[in-house]
Amino acid sequence: MTVNEFMMILDSKPLAEVLKEYPIGWDFLANFRLNNLANELPFSQALLKVDDEALAEFGLDRFGALKSFGAFLEQFTPKENPLEEVKSITISGGWNKSRTPENISLTISAGEIISIVGPTGSGKSRLLNDIECLAQGDTLTGRRILVNGAELDDLQRFEMEGKLVAQLSQNMNFVMDLTVREFLEMHAKCRLTPNVGEVVAICFQRANQLAGEKFSEDTLVTQLSGGQSRALMIADTAYMSDSPIILIDEIENAGINRRQAIGLLAKREKIIFVSTHDPLLALSAHKRIIIKNGGIAKVISISEEEKESLGVIENLDNTMQRLRTALRAGELIHMKDLSEPSS
Amino acid sequence: MKLITVAGPPSSGKTSVILKLIECMNCAKGSIGVVKFDCLTSFDNLSYEEAGIPVQTGFSGKICPDHYFVSNIEDAVQWGVESGFELLITESAGLCNRCSPYIRGILAVCVIDNLSGVNTPRKIGPMLKFADIVVVTKGDIVSQAEREVFAFNIRQVNSAAKVIFVNGITGQGAFILAKYLQQAVEIQSLTDTKLRFTTPAAVCSYCTGETKIGAPYQMGMMKKMEFKNL
Ligand SMILES: Nc1nc2c(ncn2[C@@H]2O[C@H](COP(=O)(O)OP(=O)(O)O)[C@@H](O)[C@H]2O)c(=O)[nH]1
Ligand SMILES: Nc1ncnc2c1ncn2[C@@H]1O[C@H](COP(=O)(O)OP(=O)(O)O)[C@@H](O)[C@H]1O
Ligand SMILES: [Mg+2]
Ligand SMILES: [Mg+2]
Ligand SMILES: [Zn+2]
Ligand SMILES: [Zn+2]
Repeated sequence: MTVNEFMMILDSKPLAEVLKEYPIGWDFLANFRLNNLANELPFSQALLKVDDEALAEFGLDRFGALKSFGAFLEQFTPKENPLEEVKSITISGGWNKSRTPENISLTISAGEIISIVGPTGSGKSRLLNDIECLAQGDTLTGRRILVNGAELDDLQRFEMEGKLVAQLSQNMNFVMDLTVREFLEMHAKCRLTPNVGEVVAICFQRANQLAGEKFSEDTLVTQLSGGQSRALMIADTAYMSDSPIILIDEIENAGINRRQAIGLLAKREKIIFVSTHDPLLALSAHKRIIIKNGGIAKVISISEEEKESLGVIENLDNTMQRLRTALRAGELIHMKDLSEPSS
Repeated sequence: MKLITVAGPPSSGKTSVILKLIECMNCAKGSIGVVKFDCLTSFDNLSYEEAGIPVQTGFSGKICPDHYFVSNIEDAVQWGVESGFELLITESAGLCNRCSPYIRGILAVCVIDNLSGVNTPRKIGPMLKFADIVVVTKGDIVSQAEREVFAFNIRQVNSAAKVIFVNGITGQGAFILAKYLQQAVEIQSLTDTKLRFTTPAAVCSYCTGETKIGAPYQMGMMKKMEFKNL
């Protein structure tokens, strides 16, 4: 429905009916301190009883209020999401810092995991930036990022409004003063999710599976440990975020099951880039991009040998986890702890 | 010359964003100027000068910064035109949540940060409501979910604006903002253009220096609260 159609409804249907159909409209009324309108009347008529002064404080006149309400309802009505249609992205090469062409075209499909490796300052973050702003030969690397094989014009780039890419990094924390449940419910509401209870429950359950230490729904998000926070962020990104692309920057020693976490995101048909030097993460990817001197030097598909080694690496990693847990519990470390668990 | 007005609460990242923005615009040195409107003190001129950006700073002192902005913006534009700038950016810190130094037809950017609390967008008022572009900073230190909730709350009060995430430290996102700002229109003067929203009425006795409390001292335009009997 268009803004005009919403305005017509607001002009003819009793407000109570409109609010019943679009409960989010309550938010609009609250934002303009219009919570006490005569609901049995259509919005435009109920508005006649409101002081000019009260509306003017918000810079509105009656028609302006009607128009704003119409635009608001239009904005928050779930619509076809163009982002769901992102099936692949293609990185079309530019040049490195010495202006040598990259000569590459790499297409990545939904569900694929790509790791990015290279020394500090080599250009890993630059590549992630190019992806985020959907570079079209207009950044300093000259790269082009195609979506579903096509170039994008500026208008389409603006339309994405930063929703194309979700990010996850070591520095991120929760700042809201909410419990885990309230937090998830709030996010679900913003996503205009129809089955809030269900989504919240699954997010909570998955987050707990990923976290080393369990937590309850009533924990304040600000009181979660680093690992628990990361686990909640990943489950939340997997089940509630719109964004088809996920950029993960260094979640090395996160106290969560990293491999499972990445797998969970991939299962949700996201395109995943992980900038990392963590062997477990780097080898969990289908391909890895080697960055040198600002350019993509090589793209390696994971070999059979590397795939096999992943099991061994995971055991090493589990051993380290066990040692950490033991130390935390005040136990002594024995040589036998260093070998694989017999179970 | 093009003109862009940037406003936002103190420490939201306005200066950082403007600096990164100018970096992205790839213009000749000295072709972009900044006018900073502040209340009492400001060290922003140092940041701009360090980056080689011509800057003028004005202090509103005891006058409402909005009134101060309106009475000086045309002079600022003339300074910019005479200095031969291609682009002039104004930075002003909204202090009362009633401020909104936006002009019709001139691109208006509001900068707010993710750390200010998820409900802040609903409290900011005209400064957010009348902006064309809302830049959200400090996304690097909060979760993706909180960024999304924050953006949602922005759209609740301003459904028409573009919301752009910019990292004021690394400049991530500034590029797309720069692209967007290319739409700014050429002007030579602002005379006869209009503000998008009335400036706060500041004409009571307290505006002019009264300090005593009580009815006999309250003069001019007053707005009284209503207290109901219990
Ligand atoms: N972590 C982080 N800090 C930021 C970001 N943007 C700005 N800052 C910091 O926030 C503080 C205030 O920024 P400033 O640009 O002076 O804000 P202004 O008062 O609005 O001009 C400075 O210490 C900046 O370094 C950001 O995106 N992320
Ligand atoms: N192809 C390139 N051409 C020019 N400069 C580049 C290129 N790639 C990266 N850079 C620059 O090199 C610097 C370091 O890159 P960055 O992405 O931060 O490295 P990393 O994340 O790997 O530590 C940045 O200033 C970046 O803009
Ligand atoms: Mg980096
Ligand atoms: Mg500043
Ligand atoms: Zn003010
Ligand atoms: Zn006063």
